[in-house]
Amino acid sequence: MPVTAIGTYTAQPLDRQANFHGAQLVYLCWENHLLFCAPFTLPVDPAQPFAAFIEQVVKPAIALHPDAARVDFTVARWRLDEQPFSPDLACGLAANGIAHKSLLHLHTPGLEGLGGSHN
Amino acid sequence: MAAKRLNQKDKYRCLTRDLGWEPSYQSKDAIYPYERFEGIKITDWDKWEDPFRLTMDAYWKYQAEKEKKLYAIFDAFAQNNGHQNISDARYVNALKLFLSGVTPLEYQAYQGFARVGRHFGGAGARVACQMQAIDELRHVQTQVHAMSHYNKHFNGLHDFAHMHDRVWFLSVPKSFFEDARTAGPFEFLTAISFSFEYVLTNLLFVPFMSGAAFNGDMATVTFGFSAQSDEARHMTLGLEVIKFLLEQHEDNVPIVQRWIDKWFWRGYRLLTLVGMMMDYMLPNKVMSWAEAWEVYFEQAGGALFKDLERYGIRPPKYVEQTTIGKEHISHQAWSIFYQYSQATNFHTWIPTDEELDWLSAKYPDTFDRYYRPRYEHWRELQARGERFYNPTLPMLCQVCQIPLAFTEPDAPTQLSHRSLVHEGERYHFCSDGCCDIFAFEPEKYVQAWLPVHQILQGNCGGGDVEAVVRDYYNIAPGQDNFEYQGSPEQQRWQAVQGTERQAG
Repeated sequence: MPVTAIGTYTAQPLDRQANFHGAQLVYLCWENHLLFCAPFTLPVDPAQPFAAFIEQVVKPAIALHPDAARVDFTVARWRLDEQPFSPDLACGLAANGIAHKSLLHLHTPGLEGLGGSHN
Repeated sequence: MAAKRLNQKDKYRCLTRDLGWEPSYQSKDAIYPYERFEGIKITDWDKWEDPFRLTMDAYWKYQAEKEKKLYAIFDAFAQNNGHQNISDARYVNALKLFLSGVTPLEYQAYQGFARVGRHFGGAGARVACQMQAIDELRHVQTQVHAMSHYNKHFNGLHDFAHMHDRVWFLSVPKSFFEDARTAGPFEFLTAISFSFEYVLTNLLFVPFMSGAAFNGDMATVTFGFSAQSDEARHMTLGLEVIKFLLEQHEDNVPIVQRWIDKWFWRGYRLLTLVGMMMDYMLPNKVMSWAEAWEVYFEQAGGALFKDLERYGIRPPKYVEQTTIGKEHISHQAWSIFYQYSQATNFHTWIPTDEELDWLSAKYPDTFDRYYRPRYEHWRELQARGERFYNPTLPMLCQVCQIPLAFTEPDAPTQLSHRSLVHEGERYHFCSDGCCDIFAFEPEKYVQAWLPVHQILQGNCGGGDVEAVVRDYYNIAPGQDNFEYQGSPEQQRWQAVQGTERQAG
């Protein structure tokens, strides 16, 4: 039973993609950089190419970290919903398989946060 | 000839159990429609024990006495400008958190007990719930009155009920209680009376009331004393509820166990806010969160669950994760509030050197290694005039609604994350505990009103975060929120203290 209720009960999820007026949500976690307390919630255009997503969304989101300027996105490793992921930079986010409310993990080898403290 | 006055025992019977009657023209199922759908089996309501044997007439008299004393102290506190004797104005931020986060829960408790008190077939349980409902309403009022004096002298206390309904982090306590209130009556009692009032309440009340005492806040201390005897009654009710359910039928055991698992975890997550308050917001510290958890949960709870073993009840699932988490969660929470302080109804700050050393001493295995570096970095930025505020919005857990800021129990530098797909939609959780709660009743939690998503859907007013904070939350930017250092509140406090010293 999907809910303990006195009778038949159905519910509509509150966060369907249709409720975001053309945008979709992507969550982004930059690993080993806990200065940012939690992953970010980013509203994005599903058609935005991954390269533009890096430039216009990811870079501004992480800019306040001292490591941000040293990130080399050509060697960065990604995971999409906990699976290994190699984005096609020219393709849109949705075409890359990034669904509404997907979680992207960004791993930047060699950058381990403030003084290597994972912060 | 019959005695003119009833003895205690007869009076108790007449004013409680005798208020019930056997229905003649309606079935019991029709009168108490919510008593069975949760799967709980009650075979004999007469087995319900009322540990306090309190009747309504005695209740009113007793409470009225307490009120009289309490309000005399509030009056004296106000007339003597008692707020000027607190340890430091930073302390008042703990009160802002309490007033907007906890006081409305007392009101929700009142609503919840008033409702479930209607839905039990046994008169003993109905009377107990009625009294607790009235207690909770009294607590709302006395807390509001205790803190109203502070509202005249400090910022951010002006619209607590409105904020409780809207401000992003206040959805954490709000959704906790709404989850309990939208459950059936037996789950509500297991959630609030047992898991919260009995198992965890000392971790809410003792820190806030001792915190008040240690920091010179006599109004709040006095409220705490006035509520103490009520709390003792609520705790006893919590234990009675659980023993009654377990003794009534063996089929109740697995249901109650699942509720204990769920509500222990939900309560533990909610208390993260208290841990943060103890470790970071009290200028004069009482004890660390880890110490409080050891005393009030690990020791007291350990004895309790040993006692419940004979009913087939085991300690709550994932309890071992709390033993690890107690060294981390307060630091993780303060990191959230420090960087999102542009959207809170209270101020945040970097602990002083002395406070940082206190944290190092209290958390020798975690603080210097994992948390001190970020505070020192933020302090440097602040010294350069670049106070750190996170310009994005955080990812929230679908169940507890706290940002995903907790780390894995076995990997302290890795954020903890669980996820599942339900009917084509993906959902995210901070922990196994929250993920399990969702998986059992997904239809309930797919409707969660997650503040971040609501803002991004445009349901909290248009424009940017500042507009949401100002217009939708009714938090005055630059006055109620942001950094404490240099805030109007700090300046006013320093001016008052300066005047005091000159006069002295």
